[in-house]
Amino acid sequence: MNAFTAVYWKEVRENLRDRRTLINALITGPLLGPVLFIMLMNVMVNRELARADQPINVPVIGAELAPNFIRALKSAGIDAGATVTDPERAVHDMRADVVIRIAPDYVQAWNKGQSVQVEVIYDSSRRDANTTVARVRGVVENFARREGAMRLIARGLSPSTAWPVNVADRDQATSQSRSALMFSFLPYFFVLTVFMGGMYLAIDLTAGERERQSLEPLFVNPVARWKILAGKLAAICTFSVISLLLSVAAFSTAPWFIPTEKLGIVLDLGLRFGAQVVLLMLPLILLLAALQSLVSAFAKSYREAQTYLSILMIIPILPSALLSVIPLKPEPWMYAVPLLGQNLGIVQLLRGDGITGQELVLCLAGGFAAAALAVWATALMYRSERLAISA
Amino acid sequence: MIEVKDLRKAFGAVKAVDGVSFTARDGEITGLLGPNGAGKTTTLRMLYTLMKPDTGQVLVDGVDPADDPVAVRRRLGVLPDARGLYKRLTASENITYFGRLQGMSETEIARRREALIDALEMRDIATRRTEGFSQGQRVKTAIARALVHDPRNVLLDEPTNGLDVMATRAMRRFMHQLKAEGRCVLFSSHIMQEVAALCDRIVVIAHGTVVADDTPSALLEKTGETSLEEAFVKIIGTDEGLAA
Repeated sequence: MNAFTAVYWKEVRENLRDRRTLINALITGPLLGPVLFIMLMNVMVNRELARADQPINVPVIGAELAPNFIRALKSAGIDAGATVTDPERAVHDMRADVVIRIAPDYVQAWNKGQSVQVEVIYDSSRRDANTTVARVRGVVENFARREGAMRLIARGLSPSTAWPVNVADRDQATSQSRSALMFSFLPYFFVLTVFMGGMYLAIDLTAGERERQSLEPLFVNPVARWKILAGKLAAICTFSVISLLLSVAAFSTAPWFIPTEKLGIVLDLGLRFGAQVVLLMLPLILLLAALQSLVSAFAKSYREAQTYLSILMIIPILPSALLSVIPLKPEPWMYAVPLLGQNLGIVQLLRGDGITGQELVLCLAGGFAAAALAVWATALMYRSERLAISA
Repeated sequence: MIEVKDLRKAFGAVKAVDGVSFTARDGEITGLLGPNGAGKTTTLRMLYTLMKPDTGQVLVDGVDPADDPVAVRRRLGVLPDARGLYKRLTASENITYFGRLQGMSETEIARRREALIDALEMRDIATRRTEGFSQGQRVKTAIARALVHDPRNVLLDEPTNGLDVMATRAMRRFMHQLKAEGRCVLFSSHIMQEVAALCDRIVVIAHGTVVADDTPSALLEKTGETSLEEAFVKIIGTDEGLAA
C-alpha cells in the first residue's frame, strides 16, 4: 500500500468512527437544506393559495353609506367586517391586514356623478398581507371601471373614449423559469452542503491532528508531505462528494412534496439536472477542501479552526446574495469565476435553458484553476516547519 | 550511528541550540541530559528532520538529511516529544498505519507489530481504541509504532516522562533490549537517575551547548565527585531544571 492510499484509508476509516463528522457530512449538511426548503415552500404556498381562493373578511368603515360597493366586494369573496375605530393603528398592530374607509360624502358625491374616495389602508412592508391587499385593490379598481363604463353608456358615450390605451400583458416567463425565480437560492444550498460535508474532516485532519500532537510523529515517517496532504485532501473530497450526492438526491424528491401544479410552475430536478449539478460543482469540491485545510493549518486548535471556517463559510453566500440584489446579465467571463459560475450555471439549469458547452468549459476551467492554486498554497503551508510543532 | 557536528538553531533572538556536537554509536545507549529548556528537544527535532539547522551537519549512518531527508527518516525510529495517537483507532491500527507509511508489506507489518506488542507487554490493550489510554499505555503504543520498521537508530525524547515506577522500569528494560540488538539508542532526559542507570555515554547539554560528553565513569573522574548527581550539578553549574 503506498503512502497516499494509506493516508486516505486511515482518514476515511477514522472519521467514519466519528459521530460528529458523520452527522455533519451525511445528515445535517445534505438533508437540512432540502427538508427546510420543502417545509417552508409548503407553508408559503398553502398560505398564499388559501388567501387567493377563500372568502376574506375586511373591516370597512362607512359600509352603510355604500351598499352597491359592499355588494361588489361580497361578490368577489370579500366580506365587509366589523368597523374598527382606529384603522391606521389596527393595520400597524397587525390586527387587520387591510382596512377600507369610505369617505363620509360618498352618497352625495355618487348621486351627483362625481368621483368619490375609497381609502385602502395597509402596510406595504408587511409582506404576508400583500396578497390580501392586491386582491382588495383589484376588486376596488374593477368596480370603479365598471361603474365608470356604466356612466359613460348612460350619457351615450362608448366606454373606450375614456380608455384610449389598453395594456395587454404578454409575459414570456415559462412555467419553468418562474420556478427558477423561487429556487434561485438552490446553488447556495449545494455549495453549503459541500462546505459542511468536508468541514469537520478538514479541521480534524490539520488543526485537530496538530492539537492532538499527532502531526509531528506523522511527519517523521519517510513520506513526502505533499503525499500526506494529497491523501488528506482526497478523504475530505470523498466526504463532501457524498454529502453533495445525498443533497442532490434529496432535492430531486422536492417536486413530490411541493404542490407545483397549483403554482403553475414546472420543477425538473431529475437525474439529468443532478448529474449536471455534480459536474459543475466538482472544481468547488477540491477548491473548498484545499481552502478549508489551508485555513485550518493556520489555527492552533480545533476550536480556533472552527471559528475561522465559520467566517470562511460566508464567502459562498456572496454570489447568491449579490445575484438576488443586483440581477446581473450573465457575461461569459462570469462563468470562469468560481462560485459565481456555479451559481449562474445551476440557475440556468433550473430555468430549463440548459448550459452550453462553452459555459461548462469556462466554469470547470476557472474552478479547477482556482482549486490548483489553493492546493499549491496548502502544499506550501504543509512544508513549513511551524506546522508540525504543536506546542 | 548518529553524528552531530556543530548544530545551531535560533528562533528569532533566542539561540535554542548553539553549537552542539556529539556521536551516538551503534550498540550503545547515549543519553542527552540537560535541564528543561536546554535545547534537547530542538536538537532531536533537527536529527529527525522536522527542523532544518541554521548551520552544522547531521549524519545518520553517513546520510545527511539535507541531501535526502526521506532516507534519513527511514533509518530512524522516533518517539517525539509529541506522543499524539489517533484516538479513534486501536493501538494495533495505529501501529499498522505507520507501517504502511514506511512502505512495508502487510505481512511484514503484521509480523513486526505482533513482535513489538509482545516485547512491550501491551497484548491486553492492542485491540482497544487508544482513547482513554493511560500515559504508560500511550507511550508503549507510540514506541511500537515508531519502531515498526525495525530501524537501526532509535531516538526517544524523554521516554519516561509521566510514567509510573513500574512503567519506567519496563521502559528501561526495553531500552536495554534495543541496545542488545545492536541498535544505536539516543534518548533525552532531565532525570539524572535515569541517565546514570542507562547510559554508556552521557552528553550534557546546557544553554544550547554541550558542556560534557563522556562515559559515566570518566565524568566522575573529571569532576572528582563520587556520585553522578553531584558531577552533573558541578558540570552544569546549577541544579535548576533537573530532577533526581
